Amino acid sequence: MSSDVMTIQKARTADRPWVESLHEWVTTVDHKRLGILYILYALVFLVIGGIEAIIIRVQLTRPHLDFVSPQVFNRMFTMHGTTMIFFVVMPVLFGFANYLVPLVIGARDMAFPRLNAFSFWLTALGGFLLYFSFLGGNGLYGAGSAPDVGWWAYAPLTSRAFSPGHSSDYWTIALMVSGFGSIGTAINIIATILCMRCPGMKLSRMPLLAWLYLIMAGMVILAISPLTAAQIMLSIDRYLGGHFFDTQAGGSATLWMHFFWIFGHPEVYVLVIPAFAFASEIIPVFSRKPIFGYPVMVGATVCIGFVSMSVWAHHMFTIGMNSYANSFFAITTMAVGVPTGIKIFNWLGTMWGGKIQFKTPMLFCTGFLFQFLIAGLTGIMLGAAPFNWQLSGSYFVVAHFHYVIVGGILFALFAAFYYWYPKITGRMLNESLGKLHFWLFLIGFHLTFDVMHIPGILGMPRRIYTYEPGRGWELWNLIATIGAFVQGIATVIFVMNLIVSYWKGQKAGNDPWDAWTLEWSVSSPPPAYNFASIPTVASRRPLWDQKHPEDPDSRYE
Amino acid sequence: MSTATSPVVQPAAGWTLPYRGKVAMACLIFAESAIFTIFVVAYLFYLGKSLTGPTPREVLEVPIFYSVCLLSSSLTLHFATKFLHGGKRGAFLGLWFLTIVLGALFLFGTAQEWHRLIYERGLTISTNLFGTTYYALVGLHGFHVIVGLLMLMIVLLFAFLGRVGPEQSARVEVLSMYWHFVDAVWVVVFTVVYVLGR
Repeated sequence: MSSDVMTIQKARTADRPWVESLHEWVTTVDHKRLGILYILYALVFLVIGGIEAIIIRVQLTRPHLDFVSPQVFNRMFTMHGTTMIFFVVMPVLFGFANYLVPLVIGARDMAFPRLNAFSFWLTALGGFLLYFSFLGGNGLYGAGSAPDVGWWAYAPLTSRAFSPGHSSDYWTIALMVSGFGSIGTAINIIATILCMRCPGMKLSRMPLLAWLYLIMAGMVILAISPLTAAQIMLSIDRYLGGHFFDTQAGGSATLWMHFFWIFGHPEVYVLVIPAFAFASEIIPVFSRKPIFGYPVMVGATVCIGFVSMSVWAHHMFTIGMNSYANSFFAITTMAVGVPTGIKIFNWLGTMWGGKIQFKTPMLFCTGFLFQFLIAGLTGIMLGAAPFNWQLSGSYFVVAHFHYVIVGGILFALFAAFYYWYPKITGRMLNESLGKLHFWLFLIGFHLTFDVMHIPGILGMPRRIYTYEPGRGWELWNLIATIGAFVQGIATVIFVMNLIVSYWKGQKAGNDPWDAWTLEWSVSSPPPAYNFASIPTVASRRPLWDQKHPEDPDSRYE
Repeated sequence: MSTATSPVVQPAAGWTLPYRGKVAMACLIFAESAIFTIFVVAYLFYLGKSLTGPTPREVLEVPIFYSVCLLSSSLTLHFATKFLHGGKRGAFLGLWFLTIVLGALFLFGTAQEWHRLIYERGLTISTNLFGTTYYALVGLHGFHVIVGLLMLMIVLLFAFLGRVGPEQSARVEVLSMYWHFVDAVWVVVFTVVYVLGR
């Protein structure tokens, strides 16, 4: 049945003019197509953000280098941070959510397909606006193009006096617009998961992917909204002469910091929880065991969701809060480590005693586990207020959060790409290229970000344009830059693999990994309607039940 | 193929899930609450920190009548949706129209107050911190009232054309959730601006 569907689709696409299929993609409300659009959009920005990172690293290779001007350098780190968070990781995670959530819960589409398309195009417009600042940010004064206020845009840098022209406005509006898109998608994800599950898919039987996306979407709603509110205030300041963050009229720069980090810290968990979701789906399949401690995994994630809402001011230890606030935020920060530790323990428990197959997705997941643990440890270090006073604003912090975002989130994302690419395209990614990608990226990652901790401890401040020789920073910066290029090469291999395998890859079939969740029960790629008839499930691993009718999971629930 | 994913359509007896419209509106209300919370926090944080006048005590008058209008519009809307559900078209139309009138009255009150503040008291959004936070918070709420009124009017238009019947009552209830939320926010804004902040 499923193979018929595929041939019909092919026959239809073969003899159509490309304008027509372009039109179909632009006007689509299908969750799978929107998912692919999100992912492609994010990949484009990944390359752009990566180039900005390389420019930053080249500038810092040696002391007194003059590769770019200080003004351009400021724009590069601002755009790199903003791009990577808002226009790479967020959209790629929403892309996977769009593609996978309806499939794993046995639904035919998201709850609100048109809202879904609207949200995607809002996000796309946001990214376009941010980069349009290179052309339109000048204003009348030749006052600089792209935003250069850092990705957290502290007041008073964003006030009219220090940021003439329109660069900060493009930043503000880009984040506001894409924020509305994110809230729309988050609402859609929650409504889909709560209201569209197939019969038998009780909350306690949902794949962890759906559970974790549910929590992530809830956090998006509570975290992006404060950012939107703060951006509205900033616009009032800049356009209507308001005084929210205007210290000369009694306004407070600290208030902006609070508002930004009330968004900013939960945002980290918004990004990492889907990474947890990927690991929780991939590790069991390649360990040939069901996930260890399913209810605890759900509970721990809910716990992370709650606690992470009350840790934001650990980004602000150095602004001089009183000791009660410092202690509170240090303790809550440590507390997040507990449920996170439980999760790592459970993934190890899943691997323990399993018949582990180290295919590329599993390699990336193993790297994720190891690196995310180290990132958590440096996070605990930075969460201790006195230690933070020493290292805040140094390259140690930069190394720490890149360990989280690259070593943790990006590795899990690569795993997700290798795992679900066969489902999305119908072809396998090349395994040898995948292994090459993994090892090169691993080496490059550790060259750059292990080493980057050291100049931080030696006192190198973040966002510094260049530095004096003789402070012991030269060698570490050189190695970090070399590592950045190795990661760049690995990423090129990855993109090549994505492109080449689309035409030349081995045919995948419905279920190449012998997996257990519903998306593998339909053809690859799935038909537009996903399921010819809505499935009924009786356990957490419906495909296991189907493949092993003599010993189904449902017997033990 | 076994039962798990086979095309055998099982009767989904007892398998009911929440209505997606209500879930989505609840999520939107959470998001909006977070936005309002930030504005309320900013208002409270900046109370009494303005470097120049006028202060809230000097210029603000408590808009009791218009607040009563807005809050009672929640009541009329509630009964309007009940009548729609029960199929009483006339009562539904009348109460729905009354809701819009009450909401519009509230907006008129805000407009009058702003006019007085701007032209008689010289308080604009850029005068001082009080002006900035006051117009931002009350304006944000007023914006939500306007959006709500527009949607109520769209429903009224469709209702006059005879397109809104009992089968639409679930959707109409989603809209009424939003309107109740806007009213509830006014209780908070009223308390913060006119009671605590004066």
